[in-house]
Amino acid sequence: MTAGAGGHKLRTVNLSVFYHRTQALHGISAAFGERLITAIIGPSGCGKTTLLRCLNRMNDHLPGFRLTGEVLLDGQSIYRPGTDLRRLRTVVGMVFQRPNPFPLSVFANVAYGPRVHGVSDRMELWATVERALREVGLWEEMRRRLDRPAPDLPLGQQQLVCLARLLAVRPEVILLDEPCSALDPLATLRIEDLMRRLKCRYTVIIVTHSMRQAARVSDRTIFMLDGRLIEEGPTAAIFTSPRDRRTEDYITGKLG
Amino acid sequence: MSKDRADRLAITALGLSGLLTGALLTLIVGHVLARGLPVIDAAFLLTAPERMGRAGGIFPSVVGTLAVTALAVAIATPLGVMTAVYLAEYTREGFFVRLCRFATAALAGIPSIIFGLFGFVLFVIRLGLGWSVLSGGLTLAIMILPIIIRTAEEAIRAVPRSWREISYALGGTRWQTVTRVVLPGALPGVLTGVMLGVARSVGETAAVILTAGTTLRLPRSPLDPVRTMAVHFFILAREGISMDQAYGTAAVLILLILGVNFVAYWLLGRITARRG
Repeated sequence: MTAGAGGHKLRTVNLSVFYHRTQALHGISAAFGERLITAIIGPSGCGKTTLLRCLNRMNDHLPGFRLTGEVLLDGQSIYRPGTDLRRLRTVVGMVFQRPNPFPLSVFANVAYGPRVHGVSDRMELWATVERALREVGLWEEMRRRLDRPAPDLPLGQQQLVCLARLLAVRPEVILLDEPCSALDPLATLRIEDLMRRLKCRYTVIIVTHSMRQAARVSDRTIFMLDGRLIEEGPTAAIFTSPRDRRTEDYITGKLG
Repeated sequence: MSKDRADRLAITALGLSGLLTGALLTLIVGHVLARGLPVIDAAFLLTAPERMGRAGGIFPSVVGTLAVTALAVAIATPLGVMTAVYLAEYTREGFFVRLCRFATAALAGIPSIIFGLFGFVLFVIRLGLGWSVLSGGLTLAIMILPIIIRTAEEAIRAVPRSWREISYALGGTRWQTVTRVVLPGALPGVLTGVMLGVARSVGETAAVILTAGTTLRLPRSPLDPVRTMAVHFFILAREGISMDQAYGTAAVLILLILGVNFVAYWLLGRITARRG
């Protein structure tokens, strides 16, 4: 793993996004530090998820999508022509809002990524599945139930399986799009604990509606409003002494 | 009229309509089974007809029906599923897609006798296949193609978009996503369409009488003519050869179609149960 300039794994430079004529993001320049958790907060429709999905080009196929500016991964533009999308999405992985396991067994879910990358050796797949499930702390619970359909599990475990499915392809950056919004408080705590452990090895970026969650887990926070980046800084600073009025209004509940 | 009375009237009318539909189905099936079931036994199913179908069994027609249907489904399923995948996964809504969909809908609305005529001209005469299992199967394949395309496309579109996204997010290609996620997810729906196609093929008369022939001999090859059960029934009843034998054939046909429909509904139930 090589770090980008200044220990930043990912950076956006003057990033603007349009859907047809509507501008969704306005000149966002943000940096995401390596092996840190960065939270992106802001009211609904502020462009958090759009920004997140730009980081592994999951927006590309949306109708009327157009982008100006740069997204740099380890200093390299990911939107330059000839970028290998499959490799990019392996390096920058994503977990979605609702747990979305395939209607397959737990094993087949976690093994999906390695399989589409051409791994067919049974032993190698087992080793990968075990490693990924251990990483999310699900191995002990799941080792005897690997053949169960993943959609039959409780939602919290489903989301952990989805995370394991992602870790199985060995990403370097993990994008989390409101990963806990469908989960109960206990499952949420479990995911948050996991995030703290994951940041030893991965760069984690989380979009969240919950300011408490951002405060609990993140190292840095980005506050967005109407497609603009309003304020960025260490989480403690953002939550205790925001510089911008709008940030203060949002975190004190006057806005959004 | 008060709102209450209107409501009660509506409930009565709607209930009666439902009752009528159920009664009609029961009446038709019941009538055929009541007269046909006593005729059916192992010998009826497994021996050849005698004296033009006045006596004996319907074995060649059972074989003929299964052969023609199997051929039709074997041709139409891959073609239909591939078309559906193309329409649902590989194209954006545009002129060509709308044209394809219009063609599918138009094809579904053509009366089966027209398919029979087309099959007769193209397969029987032009391609020299004669009255045969092959001509009949090909004709039925064209006839059931729209059903399979329509149901398969709907099933494919019903597969959650998030599954595709996550497959791409894990580095899967489009083809891998289609074969590993989309098609397995759509499989029960696709199978339902195939079952509907089977039911249509098994019961079809007009399209096969012109393409598969009416012989009572057991087919030895795909190029031999056959008389399917539906055609056999039609001839027995129309020419007044034997109403008992006709009802027996009809009963076998109905049981076969009911069986296929039950399988289709069972599969449909399984997808909805799993999605829910």
